[in-house]
Amino acid sequence: MVIDIQDMVFRWDAGGPAVLALDALAIATGERIFIQGPSGSGKSSLLSLLAGVTTPQQGKVEVLGKRLDRLGSIERDHFRAHHIGYIFQMFNLIPYLSMVENVALPCRFSLRRRDKALVRSATLEEEAVRLLQHLDMAHPGLLHRPVTALSVGQQQRVAAARALMGSPEILIADEPTSSLDADRRESFIRLLFDECRQAQSTLVFVSHDAALEPLFDRSVNLARINRALAKAEWREDT
Amino acid sequence: MPILALAWKSLLNRRFTAALTVLSIALSVTLLIGVERLRTEARTSFANTISGTDLIVGARSGPVQLLLYAVFHIGDATNNISWESYQAIATQPKVAWSVPISLGDSHRGFRVVGTTPDYFVHYHYARDRGLEFAQGHAFADLYDAVLGAEVADSLGYRLGDSIVLAHGADDVSFTRHEDKPFRIAGILRRSGTPVDRSVHVSLQAIEAMHVDWHGGAPIRGLSIAPEQARAMNLRPKAITAALVGLKSKVATFQVQRVVNDYRNEPLTAILPGVALSQLWSLIGIAENALLIVSVFVVVVGLFGMLTALLTSLNERRREMAILRSVGARPAHVFALVMGEATVLTLLGVVVGLALLYGLLLIGQPLIESRYGLFIAVGAPSAHEGLLLGAVLLAGFLVGSIPSYRAYRLSLADGLSLRV
Repeated sequence: MVIDIQDMVFRWDAGGPAVLALDALAIATGERIFIQGPSGSGKSSLLSLLAGVTTPQQGKVEVLGKRLDRLGSIERDHFRAHHIGYIFQMFNLIPYLSMVENVALPCRFSLRRRDKALVRSATLEEEAVRLLQHLDMAHPGLLHRPVTALSVGQQQRVAAARALMGSPEILIADEPTSSLDADRRESFIRLLFDECRQAQSTLVFVSHDAALEPLFDRSVNLARINRALAKAEWREDT
Repeated sequence: MPILALAWKSLLNRRFTAALTVLSIALSVTLLIGVERLRTEARTSFANTISGTDLIVGARSGPVQLLLYAVFHIGDATNNISWESYQAIATQPKVAWSVPISLGDSHRGFRVVGTTPDYFVHYHYARDRGLEFAQGHAFADLYDAVLGAEVADSLGYRLGDSIVLAHGADDVSFTRHEDKPFRIAGILRRSGTPVDRSVHVSLQAIEAMHVDWHGGAPIRGLSIAPEQARAMNLRPKAITAALVGLKSKVATFQVQRVVNDYRNEPLTAILPGVALSQLWSLIGIAENALLIVSVFVVVVGLFGMLTALLTSLNERRREMAILRSVGARPAHVFALVMGEATVLTLLGVVVGLALLYGLLLIGQPLIESRYGLFIAVGAPSAHEGLLLGAVLLAGFLVGSIPSYRAYRLSLADGLSLRV
């Protein structure tokens, strides 16, 4: 298992209501999983927990055999740097860095990913260009353009290249296609699949868009498995 | 190190506001170090108003008062020294030279100093600089006058011009020595000392002007022509003060005691250096006020940086979340903003110093010729280094405010993108 969550309860504030309560969620190595749920179903909480930004108040969050709930914040930050590639919904890029610098950014924070990147290519720049090439972003005219001048779709592909830099074990994508139009959405996801297969990364893909579901190995509906929501509804009923 | 590279690129991205911030810090640093340098040079120049003179002798009074009238020609002497007493001191075995000074007359607001040609030889300032003649020479004739540079400049006098001296410090027409005009024999080079503002004539000339005077007014019915006066006995009866040089500095206190204990007349001998520093401690409050003001200007400059960094933080929360997502710790975010503050302050200090040195190079000859103040364009002094260190430290402290705020924000935001 790459990810193993059991009997987990998470609250943003210690005294506040539970926003995410999962009995069990397991994701296997190399799996491409689609996590679906409307807003408010606990998606961002789940991603924060998986990325090690927050920890649950109860239960187990195990990623790559590490109990994230038992690690300190600095260790979790290191863990994220080493093992997780993250793609945001939009505005993924640091505006004052070039495309290649943006892609190479994770290697500034993780020697492990730096070393992995250097196994594939001679330099970090080369590896960044290689990944960008895979994502069809390495045209000479594009490479030297300021990242703020890129279209949303192009920005998302650069973000994907960055998340893949140094082949992290897990790729987390938080609604990465919601700002793309329908036909670009599918091609972006297919590119992501190809790259994850090559890097042997597990893909956790979150979206509220059920139309994407058939493309994935497996799909989880967070609204259905999050007991915190059920309880809230139950409370409203009474 | 990689964080510093990021900080640098981030600053370059906001180069316009960054440049403005650097400029405001730079200008404040220029002002601070400039004021510090001017103040040090002014103090040194003040302390060097008179040098090479071991003792100043005058009638009994306080050291500052004696210094004020004998050297700065401010105020009047309480009493004179009789010529006999002066001779008794001048002939002391340990005395190498002595120059008598006789005050009391003026010319259009400038004080007249009656003295001997030795004055131009022995009066030194700025450690070892002597008076130099820009034009002409010391007085040779009885009715010769030597002007200080400022007197000549502001009144537009040239060699050979004729001037009339007035009795007393005020230039009131009925007390003029109109019957005995003087010819300008020499004009001194600017020294930045009170000498610039003095008209020098010989002691005998002072006597000659007053042969037909008594008690501060011309004697009615008595008028002695200038040429007649030449034939008279012009040995002064009294002088105002005397500059004394000793054969050995070791004897200073000994001779000072001899003067202070002089039986025939109550006299005072002072050490000019000591009296100068006493006087400076009185007027030094102004220079401290100046320094305090420039310190506050630096504080204002740094607050400009604080504002610029704090306002940028909100629009940079997205950037912080992206950095966090690729593995940056909140400490990295702190270091990023801190790095920017450090770069801004460092650049501000460097640009400020460059500006100062540029201004000094341009302004130095001007200041020297206009005010007689020589400002060395050398490496920063230890005290200036201390001030610069304090600016950097203050930049660090001010920078830690937005850095800490960025740290808190990135801790609270985590990976959530706030646009």
